[in-house]
Amino acid sequence: MLKASESHTLSLIVRTAARSVARLMFLFGFYIVFHGQITHGDGFAGGVIMALGFILLMIVFGREVSMEIISRSGARCLAGLGALLLLMIGAGGLSGSGYFFFNFLGKGTPFHYWSAGIIPLCNFAVLLIVTGVLVGVFAALTSFEMKAGRK
Amino acid sequence: MTELYILLGFMIFAAIVAIELHDLLSSVIAVSAVGLSLSMAFLDLKAPDVAITQLVVEILCLIILIRATIHRDIPFSTSGRWLLNTTIALAFVTTFLTVTWKAIESLPPFGYPILHVSSTYMQEGLVRTGATNLVAAVSLNYRTYDRLGEATAMITALVGVLTLLRKYGHNTTAGENEDKEC
Repeated sequence: MLKASESHTLSLIVRTAARSVARLMFLFGFYIVFHGQITHGDGFAGGVIMALGFILLMIVFGREVSMEIISRSGARCLAGLGALLLLMIGAGGLSGSGYFFFNFLGKGTPFHYWSAGIIPLCNFAVLLIVTGVLVGVFAALTSFEMKAGRK
Repeated sequence: MTELYILLGFMIFAAIVAIELHDLLSSVIAVSAVGLSLSMAFLDLKAPDVAITQLVVEILCLIILIRATIHRDIPFSTSGRWLLNTTIALAFVTTFLTVTWKAIESLPPFGYPILHVSSTYMQEGLVRTGATNLVAAVSLNYRTYDRLGEATAMITALVGVLTLLRKYGHNTTAGENEDKEC
């Protein structure tokens, strides 16, 4: 359960609302990403929504609490893992058929969930990259500002 | 294929020159030679849009880097040889206007915005990729290279921010190690 750190004094209404809204934002981001091949939106939009959920937690509950969920090095690892996954998808197409980023998985039937080959995998990789980069940049900027304010 | 190898060899040579030179301005010029030959390589590979993007970004980077490396203003002479200068300027303006007019003429007519490539995407996108979301089909299947470049740009931004705002490695006493870094 999320508890606010001592230094933060946002009101109970804001904390309760943010608790439920952040969960809904994560759920909505996952939905956007994992239905990217059949409905609107893709990994970038879903990743931005999930990063905004983290940023909301960071603003409401303080940096220390949200850093327990995803730390700065964790955000970096997330972005690096996403980039590695994207490269591996490309290399898989290269080894399978000779073209970089070839759609080496089955295309499936359109309008079904398991369709479009590598597109859901690419969406997942882009989600990891975007979430990691946005959370990492935001955390770095806020911690720098706090450090400069203490001086 | 031969001209591609010539261009690639020239790019490697110019990159080595850019690293080895001691004068900052000369190595900026050498880096821009790498970018220009990369743009020509894209043209040779029949990818004119990427070539145009590469050229524009290259010019922008060149201008920024030259302004960063040169502290004083670039010398600009206004006296003497005015006839020659005016003739050259008029010739350049005429050339650019002619080329622009030719480019505008080749655009599709008003009211018919669909180009050849996008009509192919719309007709064959669903069958060839299996994705109902055509935007995802274009951005993650036809144009995944762009996505990879975008991911590279974002990771580079993250690395840059984390490097600039890091806790360790900063000089606590300012100005002590400046000579070593240069």
